[in-house]
Amino acid sequence: MSGKVYPIPGGLHPPEHKTESNAKAIIVAPLSAHYVVPLRQHIGQPARALVKAGDSVLKGQMIGAPEGRISAAVHAPTSGRVVAVEARPVAHPSGLPDQCVVIEADGKDTAADMQPIAWRDLPPGELHQRLVNMGLAGQGGAVFPSHVKLATGGTPIETLILNGAECEPWITCDDRLMRERATEIMQGAEIMRHALGAKRILVGIEDNKPEAAQAMQSACEQLKLAAEVTAVPTRYPSGGAKQLTQLLTGLETPSGKISTDIGIQVFNVATAYALQRAVELGEPMLTRVVTITGHVAGPCNIEARLGTPIDELIRLAGGDLAETSGHVIGGPMMGFDLDDTASPLVKSVNCIIAKNQELFPPHPPAMPCIRCGQCALVCPAVLQPFELYWHAKSKNFAKARAYKLFDCIECGCCSHVCPSHIPLVDFYRFAKSEIAADDRAKLAAEGARQRHEFQLLRQEREKKEKAERLGKKASERLDTGAVAADDPEAERKKAILEAAIERARQAKEAVHAKNTESLTPDQQHQIDEIEARRQAAPQDSEQQA
Amino acid sequence: MIGSPFILKEHTSVRFTMIKVMAALVPGTLAYAWYFGPGIWISLVWCSLLGIGFEAVALVIRGRPLQPALTDGSVLLTAWLLALSIPTLAPWWLYMTGMFFAVVVAKHLYGGLGQNLFNPAMVGYAALIISFPVFMTQWAAPTTLANIVPNLSDAFDLVFVGGSITPDAYTSATVLDSLKTATRGGHTVLDAFAQPIHGLIAGKGMELVAIMYLFGGLFMISNRLITWHIPVAFLAAIALTAGVLQGLDPAHHAGPLFHMMAGGSMLGAFFIATDPVTACTTPRGKLIFAGLAGFLTVIIRTFGGYPDGVAFSILILNTAAPFIDAFSQPRVFGHAKGVK
Amino acid sequence: MISAIIVMAVIGLVLGSVLGWAELFYRVAGDPLADKINDILPQTQCGQCGFPGCRPYAEAMAKGEADINRCPPGGEPGIQRLADLLGVEAKPFGEGVAPKPKSVALIDENTCIGCTLCIQACPVDAIVGASKQLHVIVADLCTGCELCLAPCPVDCIHMEVVHETVNNWKWRYPLIPIHQQREAA
Repeated sequence: MSGKVYPIPGGLHPPEHKTESNAKAIIVAPLSAHYVVPLRQHIGQPARALVKAGDSVLKGQMIGAPEGRISAAVHAPTSGRVVAVEARPVAHPSGLPDQCVVIEADGKDTAADMQPIAWRDLPPGELHQRLVNMGLAGQGGAVFPSHVKLATGGTPIETLILNGAECEPWITCDDRLMRERATEIMQGAEIMRHALGAKRILVGIEDNKPEAAQAMQSACEQLKLAAEVTAVPTRYPSGGAKQLTQLLTGLETPSGKISTDIGIQVFNVATAYALQRAVELGEPMLTRVVTITGHVAGPCNIEARLGTPIDELIRLAGGDLAETSGHVIGGPMMGFDLDDTASPLVKSVNCIIAKNQELFPPHPPAMPCIRCGQCALVCPAVLQPFELYWHAKSKNFAKARAYKLFDCIECGCCSHVCPSHIPLVDFYRFAKSEIAADDRAKLAAEGARQRHEFQLLRQEREKKEKAERLGKKASERLDTGAVAADDPEAERKKAILEAAIERARQAKEAVHAKNTESLTPDQQHQIDEIEARRQAAPQDSEQQA
Repeated sequence: MIGSPFILKEHTSVRFTMIKVMAALVPGTLAYAWYFGPGIWISLVWCSLLGIGFEAVALVIRGRPLQPALTDGSVLLTAWLLALSIPTLAPWWLYMTGMFFAVVVAKHLYGGLGQNLFNPAMVGYAALIISFPVFMTQWAAPTTLANIVPNLSDAFDLVFVGGSITPDAYTSATVLDSLKTATRGGHTVLDAFAQPIHGLIAGKGMELVAIMYLFGGLFMISNRLITWHIPVAFLAAIALTAGVLQGLDPAHHAGPLFHMMAGGSMLGAFFIATDPVTACTTPRGKLIFAGLAGFLTVIIRTFGGYPDGVAFSILILNTAAPFIDAFSQPRVFGHAKGVK
Repeated sequence: MISAIIVMAVIGLVLGSVLGWAELFYRVAGDPLADKINDILPQTQCGQCGFPGCRPYAEAMAKGEADINRCPPGGEPGIQRLADLLGVEAKPFGEGVAPKPKSVALIDENTCIGCTLCIQACPVDAIVGASKQLHVIVADLCTGCELCLAPCPVDCIHMEVVHETVNNWKWRYPLIPIHQQREAA
């Protein structure tokens, strides 16, 4: 059943820790009392809130609309009342709060009208338009809005890859999903293939998940779907999109490009599952399967609604054991520390690991780099991590860039093997975000400079035009005045006065016309909103009085 | 604030790395003690004590914490390599001078572990051979050839007190010395090889020590402590250069096998040139680095003023390592071939 | 002796004329140094340096008439970059000029009378509005120069500090234990 596997550079094999949580069937989480739904659960622009405090919502009702091209909608996970739209703690490496819609469940779980999509009747390249408001986003970790990925761009898509590698230790949510719901996943894959017009489907699953691979294979046979299920070697980071692409096709995704540029599109198996539900049931993305494992009483996989507070999920897994020292969101190689367990489950969270000192010992003190090159041996991007470290540490960002910092996928292999225990990836993340901020500042400064120069140019032009007009008027006046000039002095004064009035009028005109003609719809929208508030403001004060 | 990854590879640390390299040195050192007497233990222990002492003093002067730098094992490895590179049974201050240059000058003046441009042990060796050439040619003779084999307490006396035995009784020139003397004197290679110090391939006893170094080196490669590039390129370049020279003038040049087994070739190939701090780090860079070092080694041995060229060739290439690295960066994933 | 002098003189003459020719034919129009300096400046056009905008300040620096420590919005990193470019020592900000946290101006919607004075004052066209209508500052375009504060007849503009959000958050420089030890030692 296994197709050809091509070699990839680097990688390693950390202790798997999969058996803790992969034996039990997926548990469906009961209805929660309240849900916190962040408006930003994906890469790109956050969704725009469509509800305000006090509104009633139904399960599956869109409460945040996608804003801009790369954005995804968010939906109410159950029926109830919106309590607040405010900043709440979320699962983010910064630990900063973000805008969330807080919903109090009414317990009825009344669903909004959901219509299946007749996808077989839609020509390829149209389905994605129907999915814009379904809130689908990649569940592998990058959370890229799926409808954007399903839109066929310039290069035709030859190959659709389903990513079931799940290479990070501890995580088993895709494993369980493939074992239990392989048919739905493969139906989702069929829809994807139709939407993309892809010729073949490849499924990559690490060879430590034979049950999942078997289930997927049977699903393909049952659906009579010509898909190739391939067992790839268990070697982190085989589940990286670029890595899996190379493992299955031997093709390298060019730097700075995406796989579609070489005719390949990669989706996570869980995304295929969510797509199947969205298309066949008309249900937007409301739930996901998440692994709760590590130092908890009963590690397991839970299918929970997005917005469920994470502490509730931990309770469902039996709760934290004594001496839990914190929680990791995602896998131990690429995840991040969770600051507040009240944070809600979001589309990107595939795993929650409770830490203790034994499973996750504190980071030992770092030693100087001895350039041993162990990091270079495991780097899947064939970088020289110690050189990058050198430049990132000394904040020599131009050099770090020249050593291809932005080809780093932050997989953590280099930090994992470093005998000096240097937190290499932290240095790369630091350097990357500094460079990105610097680029943003440069862009903003460049824009400001252009606008300022344009303003100077405009003022110059206005001054010149004004002077010309004034000169013309004055000379006309003098021409006529020369014929019947009984009092040239009075005439001259009149001319000056008129010129002054003209100048004032001109200035007024200039001001009036200025700056309002080329507003973006966004800005116009803002202005309208403020005008509306202004209209409302006096009434408010009257009521108070 | 340290982020992911939250799991680190077990049994991985600088100290453990250094210990594994030292473990790889054990077979060679045992063979050395077997063939050349127990004097090596005296110089080994003395160099280690000196190393730790100098390291501690340097750290204090630089205002750095003693831990973990003092116990990371790097200074012990330097001491061990220096002890194996210079004659045993030399006066105590010779080792002291060597270790001073190795630890204080080569390592700490450049900023400590990981910052040094030159291989510390080789800087110590070079300083000694330039300053005290006579002492540096008085190598302990193989036990089978020596008139007197100093035991441990004799060796201690010789190093620290001086002793009354004349050096001629227990020392001899190395094969590289005798080869140089012979070819300088207009004799042929065969004359040099007729000397009793010459064994089957190279120096009596030393050739077996070299084979033990080779085994230690293979252990390091199998443990992924070093990659194959540097030893293979270094030895191949030595063999190639020696082969070409021998082909041109067989009477006055020793062959590839001799050069690979004589002097510091094996120690240099596996333990000195592979020092990651001072060597090249890219795969292609390692090949260029070690290839040039091997070539220079034979050239210095053949045409230079000093009997062995391993130390000088590696030190010279140390200066070029960053440059070679900069121009031999591997092709990064997703970047087209040949595009910088 | 004579021939040596002649040879030297001829060499001098040839090299001199090559240099002279190069000076004429490779002359760069405009002032590339001022452009480079201007690229470093944050383009707030705030005038805190005492010049009417970033470009004039850049030109003054290029001529050596202005010091490098007069641009508070550029902050310490800005001074460092100017110092690197001009090959001089970086120096701290002078008396009375200190960098402030990045802020944007905000118009109080209920007080604004729509007088357009702030629109005329904004050097980067970041304020939109029309006469007798509410003006709005486009936060993304505002450089925080504060030039709109003074002209407002009803004092309805105030500065709001830009706080760190999930959107503009940056990874911190990793504090690895060895650094802490060094500080303690």
